[in-house]
Amino acid sequence: MSMVEAPPPGFKLSMLINDSRYRGYTFQTIAFIALMCLAAVMVMNAAANLERLGKDISFDFLWQGASYDIYPQLIPFESTDTHFRAAMVGVLNTLLVAFFGCIAATVIGVIAGVLRLSNNWLIAKVMAIYVEIFRNVPVLLWILLIMQIVAISFNNPLDYRGEDPTATVVWGMFAFTTLGIYMPAPVWNPGSGVVVAVFIASIIAMFFYSRYRKKVLFDTGRILPGFPVMLGLFFVPALLAFFIMGRPIGLDYPAMGAFTFSGGALIGGPFIALWLALSLYTGAFIAENVRAGILAISKGQTEAASALGLRPNRTMSLVVLPQALRVIIPPVISQYLNLTKNSSLAAFIGYQEITGTLMGITLNQTGRSFEAVLLGMLIYLLISLAISFMGNLYNASVKLKER
Amino acid sequence: MKTNVFLGTLAVAGMTAGMAFADGHGGSTLDVVKERGSLKCGISTGLVGFASQDANDEWEGFDVAVCRAVAAAVLGDPTAVEFRPVTNKERFEVLNSGDIDMLSRNTTWTFSRDVDLKLEFAGVNYYDGQGFMVPKSLGVSSAKDLDGAPVCIQSGTTTELNLADFFRTNNISYQPVSITTASEAQQAYLAGRCAVYTTDASGLAATRASFENPEDHVVLPEIISKEPLGPLVRHGDNEWGDVVRWTLNALIAAEELGITSANVGELSAAATDNPEINRLLGTEGNLGEQLGVAADFGAKIIMADGNYGEIFEKYIGENTPIGLSRGLNAQWTDGGLLYAPPFR
Repeated sequence: MSMVEAPPPGFKLSMLINDSRYRGYTFQTIAFIALMCLAAVMVMNAAANLERLGKDISFDFLWQGASYDIYPQLIPFESTDTHFRAAMVGVLNTLLVAFFGCIAATVIGVIAGVLRLSNNWLIAKVMAIYVEIFRNVPVLLWILLIMQIVAISFNNPLDYRGEDPTATVVWGMFAFTTLGIYMPAPVWNPGSGVVVAVFIASIIAMFFYSRYRKKVLFDTGRILPGFPVMLGLFFVPALLAFFIMGRPIGLDYPAMGAFTFSGGALIGGPFIALWLALSLYTGAFIAENVRAGILAISKGQTEAASALGLRPNRTMSLVVLPQALRVIIPPVISQYLNLTKNSSLAAFIGYQEITGTLMGITLNQTGRSFEAVLLGMLIYLLISLAISFMGNLYNASVKLKER
Repeated sequence: MKTNVFLGTLAVAGMTAGMAFADGHGGSTLDVVKERGSLKCGISTGLVGFASQDANDEWEGFDVAVCRAVAAAVLGDPTAVEFRPVTNKERFEVLNSGDIDMLSRNTTWTFSRDVDLKLEFAGVNYYDGQGFMVPKSLGVSSAKDLDGAPVCIQSGTTTELNLADFFRTNNISYQPVSITTASEAQQAYLAGRCAVYTTDASGLAATRASFENPEDHVVLPEIISKEPLGPLVRHGDNEWGDVVRWTLNALIAAEELGITSANVGELSAAATDNPEINRLLGTEGNLGEQLGVAADFGAKIIMADGNYGEIFEKYIGENTPIGLSRGLNAQWTDGGLLYAPPFR
């Protein structure tokens, strides 16, 4: 054996350049060292500049009093609370708009994506126009435009005042004001817990019924009634419980006060503008993802389904969409991330999310720009990673399972 | 291929390092301004009377006049100013990063801004206080009746903090409506997004003056804070801070000494029998030399737009749409707070 092997070559320094086995490592090492030097220079330069300005890096400001107020707030916040709590209020506002934005964008995107493939010329073209208009204009302009529309088309809250107001509350329930939309809010009286529990139980029942229905279909081929039973399960038990418990859930109607409405719930104008703009904008991208996913399923699948006698909408929901989901989901997750990050544009219209509180007012009042921005980036990173994680879990559940 | 990548990396690294080092501020601001031949001055993004553009797109106003006076003192030319409109939120960053030489933008002098934010206030050019404006139709006569009202505030200002304190100590609630600029706040207020607009009383007067029907809106009597507004510079460049401070003092002292844009030519032509006027206008002593500017800097300042009183009357005084009275901003000899240290 030793006869066949070449004598072990003596290692010479020149081989680091000339020998193809080592050359790659040599250059990678040099590039790595250069990169590290560059990073070190930048960090030291930043540190030296901060030192020269007499600024140190400290996160102590987070525990000082914020002394400003925030609207809206999902957790109670007083101006005497800390900057940290203000940041948390901001994070929750970011999550709020991201959550509802993702839901709305998905609904809009799926509908628009499917309809764009419709055989109906008018519907297909209308959807194409929607997608192209929203996709090709920066989302900030949409946010500002919708904010303007709210400001122009909704009523001044002061118009609702007096004996003979110039504006009326729609059905005594909804007031469309420039501040936002006022609507009745539920009032939870004693006993309402039972109604809620019954409602949750009936949702669970609906889930189990649909599984049972599928099982019967697969085992015996019988189709049990679907929609009527679901509808019944959704409404009847909860309504029964509601009346048996003596109507414990009331409604608090918005009533005009001295300056604006009090009572009821207010969905703020900036929230509406941001939510609508982000949903429509991201929805256009999701529509394209959905269309691409559907087109990726070979026409043979549709034809085979038709040959088996499936009607077009069943072909779509039972054959095409489940397969298309595998193509659609990964890009849609990245759209969710985009939507969440784009929500930082809220600063332009005064919706107080994390960019507005931590990286806006807190930064301004404490002068801790470096720390605040660093912390803000970390928060966005965590939110994005959490969204991708959940998205990937779902993706794993629908992807092709190899048995 | 690998070699190319490597060389590219090295080149980028070298360039970045070079740029990073070049970023350090070289020399004093005074020298930089003289060499550049123009002053970079941060002003409001638009507040009638304080900083607004006239028909020829030229900036004018009470705060703008301070910039022009500094340019006149340093460069002898009040038009050698590059104006840089900045928002409330960005103003200190822009100043500290060296993008502008000074800030003259109705900015309140506070402890934390002076000490913690590393800024240097060069004095006070307007003693102000925070007030409230509401539509007259609301029939409100006191700020304490504003319980539950939506209030428009500019983000990143001291007003935001005063407002929170005022409502908390009076045990009433409000709904904050955050706005970025003064013009946006105006729009929001008129659209009814807020029933109340709060900012410095001078700003309220300026905003009200720009409305179509100013008489439909009232400024409530409560003034809930002290807001000494003034020009400011970066901390740590004392020579430049002195230039801005004594330019402002020259404007104030000129009014006290009776130097106006009408008689400044005559007074500065030859020494008068008042030594303080002579020192201020450069016909006696070497104050200009001590400050590092031309000997006749005082005369140049007054020639630019007149003394403090003239600037006040021209842009925000009682005969302008803004209609502010001198009040606290009268000379100390007239019972006001303006008091320039002696030119000696």
